[in-house]
Amino acid sequence: MTTPTAPAADLFDPDLPWRRARSVALRPEPFGALVYHFGNRKLSFLKSRTLVTVVETLADHPSATATLVACGVPEAQRPAYVKALADLARSQMIERRPEEVRA
Amino acid sequence: MTAVLPSRPAAPERPTGGRLVDQFEYGLDAPICLTWELTYACNLACVHCLSSSGRRDPRELTTAEAEGVIDELQRMQVFYVNVGGGEPTVRPDFWHLLDYAIGHDVGVKFSTNGVKLDRARAEQLAATDYVDVQISLDGATAEVNDRVRGTGSFATATKALENLAEAGMKDFKVSVVVTRENVSQLDDFRTLTDRYGAQLRITRFRPSGRGADVWDQLHPTQAQQRELYAWLLANGDRVLTGDSFFHLSAYGQALPGLNLCGAGRVVCLIDPVGDVYACPFAIHEQFLAGNVRSEGGFQRVWQQSELFAELRSPQTGGACTRCAHFDACRGGCMAAKFFTGLPLDGPDPECVQGYGETALAARDLDLVKPKSHLDHSHTGPVRGQPTLLGMPAVPAASTPAPPARICDESPLAGLQLG
Ligand code: SF4
Ligand code: SF4
Repeated sequence: MTTPTAPAADLFDPDLPWRRARSVALRPEPFGALVYHFGNRKLSFLKSRTLVTVVETLADHPSATATLVACGVPEAQRPAYVKALADLARSQMIERRPEEVRA
Repeated sequence: MTAVLPSRPAAPERPTGGRLVDQFEYGLDAPICLTWELTYACNLACVHCLSSSGRRDPRELTTAEAEGVIDELQRMQVFYVNVGGGEPTVRPDFWHLLDYAIGHDVGVKFSTNGVKLDRARAEQLAATDYVDVQISLDGATAEVNDRVRGTGSFATATKALENLAEAGMKDFKVSVVVTRENVSQLDDFRTLTDRYGAQLRITRFRPSGRGADVWDQLHPTQAQQRELYAWLLANGDRVLTGDSFFHLSAYGQALPGLNLCGAGRVVCLIDPVGDVYACPFAIHEQFLAGNVRSEGGFQRVWQQSELFAELRSPQTGGACTRCAHFDACRGGCMAAKFFTGLPLDGPDPECVQGYGETALAARDLDLVKPKSHLDHSHTGPVRGQPTLLGMPAVPAASTPAPPARICDESPLAGLQLG
């Protein structure tokens, strides 16, 4: 692999539709949740319950930003959440949702 | 039951936020690093076997019981287990249990000495998702390896590596227990693993099982520990270590991996008869939390045992808490202290500040080191028996044949955090 030069945030566009990756499972824990990717066998952690709700409901909203709003994440905290989501995107824990076909 | 640990004040509330290690100290709803030893039977008789394996125990879990444990792990969302032994592949139902676990969302990483990994098995493994294999090797040359693992064991292991590589298996590991005799071979181990396209994983040698009998002779010297630390700083990102070497971070810089004793918090062992211990290196009644055969099964043991509740609080007292390096080193490995007869809230026997050596020297001469109540070592001669114990330097303890097993495995080696 070549050295990645693009900062993680560039790989993650919060205005697009996302979802928890299909090969990823969440296990609730007192501090948040454990995230496991069955494909690449990476283990990761969500360190707040709100973040758990965000990841679980990404698929219900048109974009990651809309999810943050729906989950009541205060404006001031959104950059931190976007960064956390960008990290999760980089480790393939969340994935882009194919554009919806609207009925 | 008597308290295992130096008395700790009633567990404080779990903090919110903060570092993950601080959260781990309070335990999790299910382990993230569960070792499951499927059998005490082993074809080898390694001198440092952490579980004193050799002979099968007649009470070992049946196939149906093992399936029941897997069902439970699936319900608890234990995403993968580290399977070991003994030599797990000598269990006739091993391949069935492997498929059963994978079919129930429980990935398997298993450790083997390679005895059953012929070409057909290697191809089968290469075609299976969610399985990780690691081959135990304790010397980069047959000479160094076979002295502790037995004559012919190097050839068996490298043949298995060759089979895996030829079958196109990805990401398999070579697992090395670092000893006084092989610590100088770390670069050679890397060359060897690269040759097979494998990944190197090194773990700490702990005085557990038969390891206690050879610990004085085989554990790295202070000077070697310093070299190891330097090597890890330079190569740490390309080698898996789990929680093996966090006691070395007291030299200065934190090392990659989990810097915490996870026993009973995020780590535990299910042994072949279903007993649940706080850690695979702690097979002793004092660390026995329950049995999966009892009512409520593994889940009840993990979530409700008194022992585990006791282990799930931060250490607040003892000599180490006053050490400047405590935050990095956390007093080291509980099992290493226990089996060398040191207090659990004091320094690790390999404390890099040298306090461990002082403590070892100050031990009461009459002290009887705790010994496991279990020993499944072979009682007769074993083919290709290790020669280490035959060295003239060792007092002629007329123990019959040194018994068998597969090698030590850090409960957290290979854990990728983040
Ligand atoms: S090996 Fe030692 S440090 Fe690791 S979990 Fe077991 S007792 Fe703790
Ligand atoms: S005194 Fe304890 S905390 Fe300090 S370096 Fe030694 S083992 Fe680690």
